[in-house]
Amino acid sequence: MANRLRNRLTFAILCSFSYTTYAAEYDLREGVTEMSQRIQALHHLSLGVCVVVGIIVFGAMFYSIFAHRRSRHPRPADFHESTLVEVVWTAIPILILAALAIPATTTLIDIEDNSDADLTILITASQWKWHYQYLEADIGFYSNLTTPMAQINNLEPKGENYLLEVDNPLVLPTNKKVRFLTTSNDVIHSWWVPDFAVKQDAIPGYINEAWTRVSEPGLYRGQCTELCGKGHAYMPVVVHVRPETEFDKWIDDQRLARELASGQAVADRNKEWSIGELMLIGEQVFLSHCSTCHEADGMGQGSTYPALAGGNIPTGPLSAHIDRVMNGKAGTEMQSWAPQLSDRELAAVITYERNAWGNASADVIQPKTIYAAR
Amino acid sequence: MTETQNHQRKHLVLLFSLAVGMFGFAYALVPLYQVFCEVTGLNGKTSGRPADPVTISDTLVVASDREVTIQFLAIVGNGMPWEFRPEKHQLRVRLGEINTIDYYARNRANQAVTGQAVPSVAPGAAAKYLHKIECFCFSQQHLEAGEDRYMPLRFYIGVDLPEEIHTLSLSYTLFKVPEVQVAALVDKQS
Amino acid sequence: MVVQAQDIPHRSSLLAYIARWLLTTNHKEIGTLYLCLSFTLFFIAGAMAMVIRLELFQPGIQFAQPLFYNQMVTMHGLLMVFGVVMPAFVGLANWQIPLMIGAPDMALPRLNNFSFWILPFAFTLLISTLFMEGGAPNFGWTFYAPLSTTYGPPSTDFFILAIHMMGISSVLGAINVIVTIFNLRTPGMTLMKMPLFVWTWLITAFLLIMVMPVLAGVVTMMLTDRHFGTSFFSATGGGDPVMFQHIFWFFGHPEVYILILPGFGIASQIIPTFARKKLFGYHSMVFATIAIAILSFVVWGHHMFTTGMPLVGELFFMYATMLIAVPTGVKVFNWVATMWRGSMTFETPMLFALGFVILFTIGGFSGLMLALVPADFQYHDTFFVVAHFHYVLYPGAIFGTMAAVYYWLPKWTGHMYDERLGKIHFWTAVIAVNLTFFPMHFSGLAGMPRRIVDYSLQFADFNMVSSIGAGLLGLTQILFLYIVIKTIRGGEKASAHVWEGAEGLEWTVPSPAPLHTFETPPPFPVIMDNSERTQLDE
Repeated sequence: MANRLRNRLTFAILCSFSYTTYAAEYDLREGVTEMSQRIQALHHLSLGVCVVVGIIVFGAMFYSIFAHRRSRHPRPADFHESTLVEVVWTAIPILILAALAIPATTTLIDIEDNSDADLTILITASQWKWHYQYLEADIGFYSNLTTPMAQINNLEPKGENYLLEVDNPLVLPTNKKVRFLTTSNDVIHSWWVPDFAVKQDAIPGYINEAWTRVSEPGLYRGQCTELCGKGHAYMPVVVHVRPETEFDKWIDDQRLARELASGQAVADRNKEWSIGELMLIGEQVFLSHCSTCHEADGMGQGSTYPALAGGNIPTGPLSAHIDRVMNGKAGTEMQSWAPQLSDRELAAVITYERNAWGNASADVIQPKTIYAAR
Repeated sequence: MTETQNHQRKHLVLLFSLAVGMFGFAYALVPLYQVFCEVTGLNGKTSGRPADPVTISDTLVVASDREVTIQFLAIVGNGMPWEFRPEKHQLRVRLGEINTIDYYARNRANQAVTGQAVPSVAPGAAAKYLHKIECFCFSQQHLEAGEDRYMPLRFYIGVDLPEEIHTLSLSYTLFKVPEVQVAALVDKQS
Repeated sequence: MVVQAQDIPHRSSLLAYIARWLLTTNHKEIGTLYLCLSFTLFFIAGAMAMVIRLELFQPGIQFAQPLFYNQMVTMHGLLMVFGVVMPAFVGLANWQIPLMIGAPDMALPRLNNFSFWILPFAFTLLISTLFMEGGAPNFGWTFYAPLSTTYGPPSTDFFILAIHMMGISSVLGAINVIVTIFNLRTPGMTLMKMPLFVWTWLITAFLLIMVMPVLAGVVTMMLTDRHFGTSFFSATGGGDPVMFQHIFWFFGHPEVYILILPGFGIASQIIPTFARKKLFGYHSMVFATIAIAILSFVVWGHHMFTTGMPLVGELFFMYATMLIAVPTGVKVFNWVATMWRGSMTFETPMLFALGFVILFTIGGFSGLMLALVPADFQYHDTFFVVAHFHYVLYPGAIFGTMAAVYYWLPKWTGHMYDERLGKIHFWTAVIAVNLTFFPMHFSGLAGMPRRIVDYSLQFADFNMVSSIGAGLLGLTQILFLYIVIKTIRGGEKASAHVWEGAEGLEWTVPSPAPLHTFETPPPFPVIMDNSERTQLDE
């Protein structure tokens, strides 16, 4: 008696152990919000229903394949209809579906209640990065992938957060209802954080609402989930959830950093930069932001991503070049870099483009020129 | 012609008409979609027309004490070389009360650029209660190189706004109007 | 393949040979043409799948740059949907519908020829976009605006033209099918006595006529948005990118039922034959198929749950989508009831038909899970969706087609295929299909988005297994090709009846079927001549 109990207990422990170690890899994650947990429960429910129905139906099939094969069952029966049976196996699935629809409906109603949020974040997607703007705090920044090309091109071993790391994560406070407004300024993207179970398309010209409330601080990673061009795999979402006091301090730090940056910008434009300094910075900026499309060697890719080495614009009039880099080209993937890069960075990258790869213009563009063009 | 051939011809005509009809139906889906959105306000689209003057005085007479927050957002489309922002990020307004807010736009580029602001409201259901008396989104905006402008938005929120809505977000996405379309418009006007 | 020596004049010049195939109005020859086109494109689209899986074998970019990869993903989808599954089903329809209803040919033989011959031009155009400046379409087979309108490469316009051509072919073919079925059934064959394959094709043909023109409309709107100043889908001009999705999926959802209903019909022919028992619930099966077709028009929104749809829309589409599970389940239960207490043998067609039922049902389960909106927020645009539709398409449409080919090849060629090789094909295909697509459920649940050229490390193991499975799957196609060619060229002679349990008019004509059959309407119901049965012991 005790033996059997012990065996059963061991079996149960082993099962739950294997569940936790293996299922975690194979299961939809529980996440860190009430909604993500309810969604996981719904997932388990529908999966369970499907498994049970599958066992019954496939069980019947396998049994029949075994028991009604010709060698075992040489004379086939001749029944071929039954209204009662048809009604029963129409009605029972409808009942099962109703049982699934109820928790799905209540969860959905709660998910779609975006009212009374504590803070609102405007998320603007573009090819291929996110911009986060905190409406109440009035700060905003871009969030770019930081995984180096060397890792992507298999020249270096891949880091732990390969393709899921950014320069500026979205920072959120714990235990506050955060409302996300998603939009795009070019094509449709989609903002997704699996741990929050928030996925919302970012559609140009429209704002969509979603919300979350996270109780556990931590780093949460997601990705863009709507094909948006060649960089679709390279625009991750990283959210850093911090306790409320830390969050408030972070907001203050951001404001301070903005002031410092504008102070820095004043210093930058009062200085006369040498071509050597600008080329060094410019190359960095080019490799980080421009080389994915225009290639590190400036050769571009066909007419979609024009070559800059010997290209019309880098060897043509300076004002057109500055305009193109700062303001982009509507209807193409060439973005407006003016909001994203500082005067120094823009001056440096334009100088670089005009002097690298044999483009020997000897032009030196100072940050104050960029400032004047804003 | 045999009876079968007769039938075949009839079927052929019917089926071909069905195919052609469905092609027309695809195009009919466009206005149908607009109508559906306007009637239900489900798309977050505000109407592109100024609010009816008669309605304004009616709602002002019955302005309520209920207040809601309205947030203002500005997004600049890719390749659009303008600075674009609302003068305030949000306002607390009473239903039925007319309010004005300015959006500031500046053309950074060294040539004239025409833009079109496209509004969107969240929650979508609130869109049809947002009545705009005067809005820069009703028409294209033209700025010369370096020119800037304050563009007003005069609006009120209808007193019949559903109870459960406490906050509205109104966004404008500013897109560049291609020169071709601008030229056509200029030609039409001259 | 179906040549009877007395049927063609003895001019063995190359020109005569080409002219015969170019100008034929014979349903058997046109059926063969469709099947050959489909099989060819199967290898081309399959090669693209190999490129995709090879790149996804490991994280990092190995050889397919993102832009090229996106072209592969797009073209793989377009070719499989429009170039493989649809032409294969039309090929089967052409071969089998006249034979099954006792008609001498399709009602509109010259239209039939035209419907086919548009396609090689359409697909040459589509495939040639790979070599155009800017590359082939790279925005997914669903070509959402504005990625496809404003940001599409120059080849997009050729893609639009190719879609128009394919659409015209499909619509004309569907009209032909309906007119044939309504008018040319042998006397005594009322609608409710038709074989189920004919029923499912009748319903599919109506779906085609109703939705292919909508696809034509949406790509025309794309074209005018791109070049003629309209703004259907661009917010700048007052248009709406989400409206694109509505119109596209209004076509797209019935389209996926177009891609499976003939497969249902094939299963309903094969299982009764090898269970030696009539199909269970014939009337139910017909009504269930009609219900599925009607419901398919009101569920399109389930592809758009993350676009910001209002709650009431989400609820409507969720309930309607869940409802489709009911008639689909009814069909599965009826197949099982057909098997029940039958007397089954498991030749290759039966194996593929049973594999179809089991694995398609697994795809149906993931479909039901996807219907639940809150859960869909976690599944949408991940590999969970890719797993779902590959389960319903590969073990669904493709296994269905393969089952049909094995089933009817003896009738078409007069030779039995090699049963041992057929079984090897089946079992390796089942293993390969599951190796390839089952892990995708897990990578999707773990958070891997769709249509990405590169992925983070936690998805690596699943992707490696999928890629190995895909390689094996590719090899099974070569085996299948070998089997088909071998059967065409020779093999054990097939009788007219071929399969002991088979019923239907097609089994009353000789194997191979003569070029012209049923030139006078045959008597119906069928009187089977027992002396012609081939006993096929296991």
